[in-house]
Amino acid sequence: MARHVVAAVDDLPPGTRKFMTVDERPIAVFNINGEFFGLLNRCPHQGAALCEGPLIGLAQSSTPGEIEYTRLGEIIRCPWHGWEFDVRTGQSYCDPRRFRVKAYAAHVEAGASVVKGPYVAETLKVSVENDYVVVDL
Amino acid sequence: MNVQFRPAAERGAPAGAVTAIADCDIHPARRSMRDLYPYLSKRWQEHLETYGGHAYQGMMEGPPYPKAQPNASRRDAYPPEGGVQGSSLSFMQKQHLDPNNVVLGVLNPLNTGQGLRNQDLSAALATAVNDWQVAEWTSKEPRLKASIVVANEDGSAAAAEIRKRAGDPNFIQVLLLSRNVEPLGQRRYWPIYEAAQEVGLPIGVHAFGFGGNPITASGWPSYYIEEMVGHSQCQQTALASLVLEGVFARFPKLKMIMVEAGFGWAPSLSWRLDRVWQRLRSEVPHVSRPPSEYIKDHIWWTTQPMEDPERRDHLFQTIDWIGWDKLLFATDYPHWDFDEPMRVLPAGVSDADRAAFYLGNAKKLYGLT
Repeated sequence: MARHVVAAVDDLPPGTRKFMTVDERPIAVFNINGEFFGLLNRCPHQGAALCEGPLIGLAQSSTPGEIEYTRLGEIIRCPWHGWEFDVRTGQSYCDPRRFRVKAYAAHVEAGASVVKGPYVAETLKVSVENDYVVVDL
Repeated sequence: MNVQFRPAAERGAPAGAVTAIADCDIHPARRSMRDLYPYLSKRWQEHLETYGGHAYQGMMEGPPYPKAQPNASRRDAYPPEGGVQGSSLSFMQKQHLDPNNVVLGVLNPLNTGQGLRNQDLSAALATAVNDWQVAEWTSKEPRLKASIVVANEDGSAAAAEIRKRAGDPNFIQVLLLSRNVEPLGQRRYWPIYEAAQEVGLPIGVHAFGFGGNPITASGWPSYYIEEMVGHSQCQQTALASLVLEGVFARFPKLKMIMVEAGFGWAPSLSWRLDRVWQRLRSEVPHVSRPPSEYIKDHIWWTTQPMEDPERRDHLFQTIDWIGWDKLLFATDYPHWDFDEPMRVLPAGVSDADRAAFYLGNAKKLYGLT
């Protein structure tokens, strides 16, 4: 597993996402209310750029007539066929038995530790003063 | 190891060997109705500005049910220069025709005069959208071919439009929709079938439309998902009407394509028609052969949205009944239920059947080499 520095925290504020290619894999990193999530940007269903879809909540019904709407902004909905995946785990809510999207751990590291490595950040300039989003891949 | 940042718009279809395909259902869009004004007389431009178009569907504009994605289209298909999905030829080329190796694309414009109560406006808009298809699409992109859009409720005006386009290589089929004022076998539509047979073009019957009837046979449903699955039901009533009214007996050279309504129901509808026809044949003596024979002889089927059973042998059994030579691959670009070309067929299909499915059947049906 390699650790990739993908963005300065200041460049990825809450509510934003960033698309990139890491090790020839299309990845998107999301900042959702200050938490960071990495997902493969390819829908396991038919291959659409999954992470270009809207972030929605999870509508569920435990019993007929009752609807709970939870996990607001933590479910990614594919821009083609509307398949829903949990950004925390990559779990599919449409066909969890057959499909899962690859989720990558993402977190913040201080510039001081990023500079030391072992990290990969060939296209980002890293400085000690800033914090960075790091994705494990 | 390398980390690269690429804007999303630069990505095309997935990499890998991509078979040359025919896409028998592409929807070109207008940025607005005013895109058609260069092809409409001043009289109809002012009519639209003043009165708009009144569909058979009552009391509202637009589709009867809200769609699951904006403009019922892929969210990644907005052209970079602006406008709705499907309104830019250059972006359609870049996002779809080039990366998916589409060598033949059939344009099916929707919401363009079909299903309007004002028959003169319907005919004027049909003519305008046909001129628009040639001027803005097929004359600029030889891979694309147009459908003759007609005023579907006015048989004689529709027939005149079909004959007007006879012999024009820009047009390779006539376009009808599945929801009409009456079931499609009714006599008011016969002039359309007569003209299509005469000019030698197949008729594509695309799901959707405005007929003023509830969109299911049991009334107005609650959910968009019921509209989506209801398309196959509507198409079955249209096809049964065509067979039982004797359209294929009367127009024996007519070829029709069921577009975007599924094909898994073809065997069961045919079995039921045959069984009941054996018992009630004397009611419809003009139907001189078993209904399934008309369906097998006259009907082709586009694939999208592809049937997707749990077991692939069930899919193959269904196609065995229909015939691998009767399926026409389609994506429905740019609509949201787009089928990705290289992901619709499971393993286990012969090279010959694959070639027919993706391209050969369409070339043969449309008479293209």
